[in-house]
Amino acid sequence: MSVMTLVKAINNALDIKLNENQDVVVYGEDVGYEGGVFRVTQGLQQKYGAQRVFDSPLAESGIVGTAVGMAVAGMKPVIEMQFSGFAYPGFNQIISHVSRMRNRTRGRYTSSLVIRMPYGGGIKALEHHSESMEALYGHIPGLKVVIPSTPHDAKGLLISAIESQDPVIYMEPKRIYRAVKQEVSDDKFNVEIGKANVVQQGKDITVVSYGAMMRDTQKALAMAKKAGFSVELIDLRTIYPLDVETIAGSIKKTGRVLTVAEAPTSFGIGSEIIALANEEAFLHLEAPPKRVTGFDTIFPLPQGEHHYLPTPEKIYYEIERTVKF
Amino acid sequence: MFKEYDPLKDKLFSVMDKDGTIVNEKWMPDIDDNQTLQAYKDMLFARKADLMTVSFQRQGRIYTYPPNNGQEAVASGIAQVLREDDWVVPAYREMGVWLAKGAMLKEIFLYFMGYEDGSRFENARHLLPVSVPIASQLLHAAGIGYEIKYHQKDEVVYTFVGDGGTSEGDFHEALNFASVWKVPAVFVIQNNQYAISFNVQNQTSSKNLAVKSVAYGMKGIQVDGNDFFAMTRAAQEAARVAREDQEPVLIEALTYRKGAHTTSDDPSKYRTKEEEQEWEEKDPLKRLKLYLTNKEMWDDQQEEEHDQQYKKEVERQFEEAENYGEYPLEDVFKFHYSEMPDVLKKQMYAHEKYLKWKEGK
Repeated sequence: MSVMTLVKAINNALDIKLNENQDVVVYGEDVGYEGGVFRVTQGLQQKYGAQRVFDSPLAESGIVGTAVGMAVAGMKPVIEMQFSGFAYPGFNQIISHVSRMRNRTRGRYTSSLVIRMPYGGGIKALEHHSESMEALYGHIPGLKVVIPSTPHDAKGLLISAIESQDPVIYMEPKRIYRAVKQEVSDDKFNVEIGKANVVQQGKDITVVSYGAMMRDTQKALAMAKKAGFSVELIDLRTIYPLDVETIAGSIKKTGRVLTVAEAPTSFGIGSEIIALANEEAFLHLEAPPKRVTGFDTIFPLPQGEHHYLPTPEKIYYEIERTVKF
Repeated sequence: MFKEYDPLKDKLFSVMDKDGTIVNEKWMPDIDDNQTLQAYKDMLFARKADLMTVSFQRQGRIYTYPPNNGQEAVASGIAQVLREDDWVVPAYREMGVWLAKGAMLKEIFLYFMGYEDGSRFENARHLLPVSVPIASQLLHAAGIGYEIKYHQKDEVVYTFVGDGGTSEGDFHEALNFASVWKVPAVFVIQNNQYAISFNVQNQTSSKNLAVKSVAYGMKGIQVDGNDFFAMTRAAQEAARVAREDQEPVLIEALTYRKGAHTTSDDPSKYRTKEEEQEWEEKDPLKRLKLYLTNKEMWDDQQEEEHDQQYKKEVERQFEEAENYGEYPLEDVFKFHYSEMPDVLKKQMYAHEKYLKWKEGK
């Protein structure tokens, strides 16, 4: 066991898979020599050489598109989009090719590759560096989308993503890259894609969150505990495919559901979970489901970001309203 | 050759004139008469299949199809150097290359009839399916090139794009990645003069398209794409550079799309009869036929016999495709993931349930 941050855990997962499988290559902007702008890939080029861990030309479509070719030819590229806000030049490759290769060749070829991208706000960053656009990827048939919230899950999910026969979008909550530390096994282990984690059992309300918002949600839960509410907390871990069984089972038990995400409200992950609540647990509901999110607005520059991001107080406020409905 | 025909000199590489006479003996390809004859027959077959497909579409027996008529020598030149292990990453107008790589005509029909099964290419090795989003496939070729080099394989990847595609960012990114990585990739621009209705003169201010290789530090050449011998020689030289020197090459093949962009397009709206006539004289099959008849290797009677034979073969494969059968509901779902996620199973079962209800009504 070692104490790991998210950054260290991701690095460790890459290290394990690079060591184990010669067909794994890691590349993107600044990921080689420098080890990435967040140092996620630090030391890997020195260890595995510039053929396997390298800096690519600065072109996201090029990075994703070449990875499709490598994957089709049997390699396992793990590529980095430096920030999720810069991934859009590569979006055409993701939606037109990464997600479709298996289906359009009827399984003859696949583009099972991993696209890592830091996402999310709260770090007082420049424009285009704070968005939380996981719903875009969750909407694309053929992809899997995961978001860890702990170093343990970051490692186990990335190992599973690299071992997956399907393309995986692996989004990294950069706000908690170094803020969360945890004892993590040094050995290889998997966190299964498609399985949510019931972090805390409760009976009054189901709260569903993921990524960096888990930390704020847990703070809200401490407040709820003081107020005497019994909250069941689910960390999604996988955005697509959603763990319907776990989520619906919990909502049936508690009769109430609240989702927390730092993304825009409309058409988001929370909307999908509430649709699930209606379809799977309608007769168990005792209060209107609630979404706590950012707004349907462009993410504000640093002076305004405190308005946008859900805070523990705001999450608690909505929990109280929903439980007391 | 790449020096002599440096794209900056804006000098078109050709070997045979429009009357089928060899005018550039120095650069005749390394190819024997039998091979040339076979190539001609393959081009005849590809054209027959293409023209018949257009009429099948007119009869309502196949959906939208992008015709190849007039561009056969581009595919055929590349086909002369293709090895079984080489990769082909096509756009959507490379009939001759698909067939050379081992795709069955029936599969091509299946694809354009609306079955993904047509892209499985049962007998073809290392052939990717049609790529509709313009120029995006070129990056896959650069990536495949990286894999070839990484595993030190003796393979080359050939990829295709149209003249319009050279304006897309992915075209430039692909050339750049391939050249930075020094991968064995041959990029072929089928410059058929039009991107749907938009002519190549307005697509770029570069004096030719091959010149775009210069900025990326790679070899390039502008070839008469309607000249089978020039295309074959250029392909041979490019394959050698890719295979032996481990470098990418850009070939601009100057050709003409005699037909429409797709069966939904009407080219008479944007080009003149005079222009079409001018290119008719440079038709690739006509030129190679003149060469072969001059050498008494071919005559009209043989042509007629082969035409009949090919017609039957195309009909046979088309009918096989037409009788392919139902598209099962499960096929909509089952190829998206290595294992079908519960959410997809649920959607499929729900739809099946509805279908049962409908049947029982």
